[in-house]
Amino acid sequence: MRQSGAILSVKGVTKRFGGLVAVSNMSFDVAEHEMVGVIGPNGSGKTTMMNMISGAFKPSEGRISMKGRVISDLPAQRIAREGVGRTFQLVRLLPGLSVLENVKAGAVFGHRKRWGREADDFAHDMLDRVGLDAMSHAPVSSLTYIDQKRVELARTLAGEPEILLLDEWLAGLNPTELETGVELIHALRDEGRTVVMVEHVMDAIRSLCDRCVVMSSGAKIAEGSPDEVLSNREVIRAYLGDDDA
Amino acid sequence: MKPAGMSELVWAAVLVFVAAFLPWMVNGYWLSIGVTAMMYIALSTSWVMFSGPTHYISLATGAFFGVGGYLVGAGMSDYQQSFWLMAVIAPIVGAILAALIGFATLRLSGVYFVIFTLGLAEMIRNVVSWVQNNFLGSRGLYVLTDFRDQHIYWMLLAVAAVVYLLGWFISRSRIGFALRIIGGDETVARHVGINTATAKVILFTTTGFFAALVGAIIAPRWSYIEPNQVFSPQLSFLVVIMALLGGAGRLWGPLVGVIPFTILWEWVAIQFPNQSTLFLGLCFLLIVYALPHGMVGRIEELRARMRRGA
Ligand SMILES: Nc1ncnc2c1ncn2[C@@H]1O[C@H](COP(=O)(O)OP(=O)(O)O)[C@@H](O)[C@H]1O
Ligand SMILES: [Mg+2]
Repeated sequence: MRQSGAILSVKGVTKRFGGLVAVSNMSFDVAEHEMVGVIGPNGSGKTTMMNMISGAFKPSEGRISMKGRVISDLPAQRIAREGVGRTFQLVRLLPGLSVLENVKAGAVFGHRKRWGREADDFAHDMLDRVGLDAMSHAPVSSLTYIDQKRVELARTLAGEPEILLLDEWLAGLNPTELETGVELIHALRDEGRTVVMVEHVMDAIRSLCDRCVVMSSGAKIAEGSPDEVLSNREVIRAYLGDDDA
Repeated sequence: MKPAGMSELVWAAVLVFVAAFLPWMVNGYWLSIGVTAMMYIALSTSWVMFSGPTHYISLATGAFFGVGGYLVGAGMSDYQQSFWLMAVIAPIVGAILAALIGFATLRLSGVYFVIFTLGLAEMIRNVVSWVQNNFLGSRGLYVLTDFRDQHIYWMLLAVAAVVYLLGWFISRSRIGFALRIIGGDETVARHVGINTATAKVILFTTTGFFAALVGAIIAPRWSYIEPNQVFSPQLSFLVVIMALLGGAGRLWGPLVGVIPFTILWEWVAIQFPNQSTLFLGLCFLLIVYALPHGMVGRIEELRARMRRGA
């Protein structure tokens, strides 16, 4: 990884909700083609961090830049058009739209814009990628949980993001589904995509991530390769609580 | 997708053509009902363009309509302007007003949006009445033209046709798709790159434009206009009820709702002139509970069931 290759850069970012500091002075870089895991106990501010990168929230302090340009003062739709795509911790699909239309939504307004036949074809391709093209005309209400997650991933991929944010994409899957899910993300990795993923599944983190950023109570407590950080004393203490350390 | 859309357009053209003959087929009472129905068809169809996909229920129609009617009255009565000039100015003012309201309500959703539009409509009515009473002297305005019912009817038919055609194009365009995504989940809409504010304001402005235009066209029917009368809040509710009765999920939904409801409403207004508000409330409850997707939704459900059964 080249030193200058930081495509995403988070610098001194803090987020306050009233008196609560959800994210505190976070800084980290993501290089192009790198898969970075953001891990930490529940409530440590991971989702809030993702929300600030995607523009759902504005940081209270600090800035986030993409390829050297500050994006943290842009609205979410502009950040999406700059090439940041995301999935949500709790899947968000568009209930009145078919599976295909849900995916097309990502292709029409995003980073690269398509319309008409071209958008339909591209949406089909994306559904194919996540292994769901057969369901393209089904209503989303008929989908299983993993299929809903696949549709959401296909929608995000349809925007051809340069940076992909996955918030606990593997959470809530049963063991068979988990295997399929990990394979899918492995395929993204093999394509050389730049990914920031929040994850709890340790095996997946070990096999997928180049690097991990560990958060606890809103702050970064460790950063390094998955093996490094997962054996770090402070990280273990954060996960297991003070008593066990 | 494509052929179905075209056949819808052909059907609409046939309907417009047939409807144009109404003034030669009926007169008096039924023609006047025809004018009322055509007015509501134009208003409800334009309402559905915005509120159908986004699920933002606007109760401001009466305000734009009132501004249209009032401007025609004021322009002709106090400033000796022609009807035609005022009929051009009115929708522009309506559109500007709608754009302002659109920007003001961007952060509101659900019931807050509903209440805000209703409150704003009331405020506009009061402001106009106050200005009229304190600065413009006369309390009423005369709108004297040579128009008869059939002329008003044809003008409204033309507006309804234009609204439909525009709605048809919008529903097949990017912005139409954007509105459906906004109606589904606004957070998702922003995260796929949609400028939700722009999309909403553009469509809301369009509905304001047409509601004011309809208000302007219908003004000559009354000859004598008082601000309190053209800004009837009941109109806003009627537009919503008729659109929901027909079904807000389809552009032609309102058409299905307006015709039976207009006839029913005429009858109620004559039989129970003092209970009309009660009746309005009952209809609203009935539609929301019994026909959540309107008559169109019910028809499509039946068709789907028949296809499955066959
Ligand atoms: N929109 C919000 N308003 C107020 N507090 C919030 C909001 N979003 C998150 N929080 C708080 O911020 C903290 C971090 O939450 P979150 O980022 O969801 O953690 P994680 O994803 O690591 O589980 C929690 O205490 C949570 O209650
Ligand atoms: Mg979270």
